[in-house]
Amino acid sequence: MPLLEISKVTHRFEGLCAVSDFNLVLKPHELIGIIGPNGAGKTTVFNLITGVYRATEGSIKLQGKDLVGMTPYQITRLGIARTFQNIRLFKELSVLDNVRIAHYGQIAYSPAEALLHIGRFRSEEKRITNQALDLLAIFKLDESANEKAKNLPYGLQRRLEIARALATEPTLLLLDEPAAGMNPNEIMQLMDFIRWIRKTFSVTIILIEHQMRLVMGICERLVVLDFGATIAQGLPAVIQENPKVMEAYLGQEVAS
Amino acid sequence: MSSIKTIYHNLLAKWHTLTGHKLFWPVFMAAGLAFCIAVDTFDFVDLYLQLILIYVGINIILTVSLNLINGYMGEFSVGHAGFMAVGAYVASLLTVHVCPAGAQNLFFPLAILTGGIVAALVGFLVAIPSFKTRGDYLAIVTLAFCMIVKSVLENIDAVGGPRGLLGMEKLTTLPWVFFWTALSVWVIRNLVYSNFGRGVLSIREDEIASDLMSVNTRQVKIIAFIVSSFFAGIAGGLFAHALQFINPRMFDILKSTDILIMVYLGGIGSISGSIIGAVIYTILLEVLRPIGIWRMVLMPLMLVLLMIYRPRGIMGMKEARMFTPLRDLVTEKLWRQKKKEATDATP
Amino acid sequence: MAYIFQQALNALQLGSIYALIALGYTMVYGILTMINFAHGDLFMVGAFFCFLIAVYLKLSFVPTLLLSMLGVACLGVVIERFAYKPLRNAPRVSAIITALGVGLFLENFTLALSPYPKHIPPLLGNITWTIGSLSVSSLQIIVIVLSLCLMLILDFIVQHTKAGMAMRAISWDKTIVPLMGVSVNRIISLTFAIGTGLGGAAGVMYGLAYPVIDPYMGIMVGWKAFICAVVGGIGNVRGAMIGGFILGAVEIMVAAFFPSTYRDFVAFTLLLILLIVRPYGILGKPQPQKV
Repeated sequence: MPLLEISKVTHRFEGLCAVSDFNLVLKPHELIGIIGPNGAGKTTVFNLITGVYRATEGSIKLQGKDLVGMTPYQITRLGIARTFQNIRLFKELSVLDNVRIAHYGQIAYSPAEALLHIGRFRSEEKRITNQALDLLAIFKLDESANEKAKNLPYGLQRRLEIARALATEPTLLLLDEPAAGMNPNEIMQLMDFIRWIRKTFSVTIILIEHQMRLVMGICERLVVLDFGATIAQGLPAVIQENPKVMEAYLGQEVAS
Repeated sequence: MSSIKTIYHNLLAKWHTLTGHKLFWPVFMAAGLAFCIAVDTFDFVDLYLQLILIYVGINIILTVSLNLINGYMGEFSVGHAGFMAVGAYVASLLTVHVCPAGAQNLFFPLAILTGGIVAALVGFLVAIPSFKTRGDYLAIVTLAFCMIVKSVLENIDAVGGPRGLLGMEKLTTLPWVFFWTALSVWVIRNLVYSNFGRGVLSIREDEIASDLMSVNTRQVKIIAFIVSSFFAGIAGGLFAHALQFINPRMFDILKSTDILIMVYLGGIGSISGSIIGAVIYTILLEVLRPIGIWRMVLMPLMLVLLMIYRPRGIMGMKEARMFTPLRDLVTEKLWRQKKKEATDATP
Repeated sequence: MAYIFQQALNALQLGSIYALIALGYTMVYGILTMINFAHGDLFMVGAFFCFLIAVYLKLSFVPTLLLSMLGVACLGVVIERFAYKPLRNAPRVSAIITALGVGLFLENFTLALSPYPKHIPPLLGNITWTIGSLSVSSLQIIVIVLSLCLMLILDFIVQHTKAGMAMRAISWDKTIVPLMGVSVNRIISLTFAIGTGLGGAAGVMYGLAYPVIDPYMGIMVGWKAFICAVVGGIGNVRGAMIGGFILGAVEIMVAAFFPSTYRDFVAFTLLLILLIVRPYGILGKPQPQKV
């Protein structure tokens, strides 16, 4: 069974078609990329999958379960986590709390137990905190666990965002421009890092990226969007040669 | 200069060890309650001073509970006086009309509790529009709510209409105020340092991100509004039985403004700040009483100056260590230990 | 029929005053995304200026109106300069609390100076025309016409002048505008001057229509005008005008059909329902969530 099955999804904003007839079938453990010029509707696809927007038409199925109409938190609990194009950490909160918040759905105590700090509260808090600290340690962020997230350097903030997304225990991870603002050297490291995440946490990954080096280097399959339409889909090497893609990126004259 | 600093740090460290002790809070609470009961039975403190202490307690409840919505959740609610009114009227009606004569003292806590519960139910209703609207639009919803409450009370003759309600006995005593104040501070602190509290904070920071990080934001908002309005209702009940007279005008937008000022004076997102804000505001108003109406000119002026030089209020998002739960400190210790092990392991 | 017309006229009168005040809220909000909660009290100060000028300088209506507007506008600019400007980069809510503080200050300062309600002398000879069972007073007509004129002038300034363009630009994107060579501070001052000046004019007209004034008169009217601004879609100048007339109409209608004590209750409930149906006001557009 495919992990994620998106068929014929269309989304319109006030008449403007942000994404039209988008189709994607994702097998478990795949690592695919969505590319396309600015404003092509890449982030909109993520917003549709995660429930931030509701698809106007079409269906999105995670392991056979239709996601359209669910709220974001329900979808996240079903196993889809994401990062954001421009970092959206909880800036004033500590690094540890950023990760602990992502464990929200996994805590078993009731509001009454929380108000009085009784019952399962103590053991659950301990479990969650340790889990969060372990995760931070894996990402080498545990040293700044009590630091406010906004005080972290940019690179660490990106890393924390990925750690936070993984804390929701996803099966599908959506990375929105993970390489933004990185130099070639850092991009090489990031490629290893993404491969390593996929292996360690056994997640399926979709990533949006502009950096061709990264996309061509690690993605097993690519989807190219332009003005909301899917103009090509396939292996990176094939995509590279596709005249339509070159046109979308470079303009008509250069391509022909 | 540096010696003053070391003395200060030493004192602070000693204070932290004292307040960090397992028995500090139980002992403090017992002593406070004992003191309040002693004052109440032997009357060795001036009655006027007792009344001020009662008001300080009530204002602490109001401020801490409003801080949950305005400070921790980052909304701007101006309807707190409305919840207070609900609690005040429900509790007063119960003690005046329902309570059997002679059993007032036994009945009083129940009446207050019922007032709080009814206020909490109303708080649930106000939470519903907060699912979709935020910021200024939610401010308007709470404002309209506050005015509707006042308007409804003015139009019900059974509760005295615009003339108000009389006939409550002076049941609000210092020990009760102490009890409810301690309870509200403790419960709200517990909430803040729990999973749901972190959810509340994440809504303030970035609601969409919090939703996408598996936080059920609707549930969190309902909890926050219910808890906040519950304690506002409690404070209303205590207020009514301290003053022994209430009318709808007491709970208008000016009362909400008062509470807002205490919250932002003390600092948002801080329980110690709320306590400090409520204490300073209440006491300053009393101390400045001799200058008459000019105190009402001076107070807002001071508020404006404070906001300019310290926009986040006195404590602004910082918390005195004595209000963070021991477990959180243990977490910190745990983390330090882990970090040390890690550094030891790597040569 | 005449009764309905009569009520419509009353609604227009009240609505135009609300609209004038709501404009001040909405203009300041549009440019600073800040709710100037002192605005209702500036309206009150306008009425008091009118009283002072009319009683001590014994001027006639037009100079009284202009001087009051000027006085309130200056006060507005001064308040912005000293109380709000230092907070421009502070958390938004600190500015709101400061505004509440300024409002309380204005109320209580006026109260300290003038503990008793004041009575504004009639500045305009009031003629009442009776047509059938309909009675129209010249005062009503003047209030309505004058407010409409002021609103038209404002709409012209905002839509068709250079300064108006700068205002709209700032409300669109505050960081880019200074790069275009526009002095943001000057535009903000101008916005405050116009917004509070209109509030002052509303104060004068309110004082003429309901001549007993007191320092707390601005609170309720101010909050209601704020609601008008939100109902119209805050930040939207035309929305504020529409909101003002809607609230005026609702209040008069309720007072006509129910006991007058129900006025606030029905008005606010209706507004609440409207806000639940259209959470961003009548002319406001929902901000698309950026993710």
